[in-house]
Amino acid sequence: MKTVFPIIMATAFAILVWQMVVSLTGLPRFILPSPLLVMETWWQNRGLILEHLLVTAASVLIGLMIGTLLGIVTAIQLAASQGMLILFRPILVFTQALPVFALAPILTLWLGFGLSSKVAMAVLIIYFPVASSFLDGLLRTPPGYLDLARTMQARSLGILFHIRIPAAFPSLSSGLRLAAVYAPIGAVIGEWVGSSRGLGYLMLLANGRAKTDLMFAAVLTLGLFAILLHIMIGKLAGRLERA
Amino acid sequence: MINLPIPPALAVTFEGHAEFNGVPLFAPIKLVLEAQQWTCLLGGSGTGKSTILRLIAGLDTGANFTGRIYSSDGGQVYERIAYMAQDDLLLPWATVKRNITLGALLRGRKHDNLRLEQLMERIGLTQHANKKPGQLSGGQRQRAALARTLMEDKPVVLLDEPFSALDAKTRMQMQDLAVELLVGRTVLIVTHDPGEASRLAHSIAILSPRGLDLRQPPISSIPRPIDDLGSLEFHASLIRDLMSGES
Repeated sequence: MKTVFPIIMATAFAILVWQMVVSLTGLPRFILPSPLLVMETWWQNRGLILEHLLVTAASVLIGLMIGTLLGIVTAIQLAASQGMLILFRPILVFTQALPVFALAPILTLWLGFGLSSKVAMAVLIIYFPVASSFLDGLLRTPPGYLDLARTMQARSLGILFHIRIPAAFPSLSSGLRLAAVYAPIGAVIGEWVGSSRGLGYLMLLANGRAKTDLMFAAVLTLGLFAILLHIMIGKLAGRLERA
Repeated sequence: MINLPIPPALAVTFEGHAEFNGVPLFAPIKLVLEAQQWTCLLGGSGTGKSTILRLIAGLDTGANFTGRIYSSDGGQVYERIAYMAQDDLLLPWATVKRNITLGALLRGRKHDNLRLEQLMERIGLTQHANKKPGQLSGGQRQRAALARTLMEDKPVVLLDEPFSALDAKTRMQMQDLAVELLVGRTVLIVTHDPGEASRLAHSIAILSPRGLDLRQPPISSIPRPIDDLGSLEFHASLIRDLMSGES
């Protein structure tokens, strides 16, 4: 209750300000629709919006799963072998510096207008924060634990699985939180560049036809979805930290 | 009372000198850890006493060591030591039981369950076996660390200021427990506390940049009682020496 109340208050306040701007400025509805109109439009088009939301959500969730898995595997691989680390860490850093959005057109060209190019966008955008934050954690194991393990004649696999990986879980979870924020952005950019479904497509379509109220409804739906995802991943990440 | 089997007696000798980035850390010294005795290495911070312990343990020190470390039977030393530090080094995500059996886990072997149960019973951790270290008090955590050290069942035990973070009462209790449980093992304890040294050591070596100064505490069984006049006097003389060494 303590956390819900401020959220309700903040939402009410934002809607109030929005309504005031509309009433005071008298902007036409195709520039800034009123909150009431947006809600009405949302309700009238709920079937359409939900249909497109499902497409976006699917690419986000599939991308999140594949990206996280790839990121985890990469980080463990690099942490387990000094040679791999020296070879691949600069590549990882370089690819992280690339603006993934710039790749969206080429991904669409390679993978087509369907779901796979959007999933690929989400995977790319998620992969790097997960891999690099988990790798950082794996390389920053408290030295005392490693000393202790060495005096126990531990095998390096034993150290990896019983000390380094669990000690890096908090870093992995912060990577996951970042990934949850980035994933919807990746999917929507993919939809903007080329698709016939998804909330990103719906936004472009509505915008192009001056149906600003529908565009607002789609944006708000995406926002709600992103917040839900953030909360869900946050819960999961919190469990990892306490594990 | 349960008696844990004692591994064969082993003496360890440390001979050599070390430098750190070209600056001598300590002059050539010879430190002998007599078999089944408590040797205390005493000295201020930065004298390199932990470095000596880490060298014996086969751990990285960053110092450049010239010399040798050998055992009375000619075998490798670092394979036959158990190590306990000031930080209990308990893995926060693992249960007490898993922490105590960490060595076997890391080597990919099964642990000796009977030994584990006897040890936990003896150290008084049985009812905490499935708790996480975060749920334990400082004293209990250090007990768990001691149990983990004993679970390793090594002839030589290296203690790096193991009790310095504890309050006075818990420290006394831990000292008593450690002496009782480590009986029959060759122990090196590194400390900056002359009181701890006078209470626990069969022999004491004070480390300073000039080298080692060997001191003989009162000849009596350890742990010496806290009100033992002989060890109190000895404690005072150690402090005097440490102070004059600094001037």
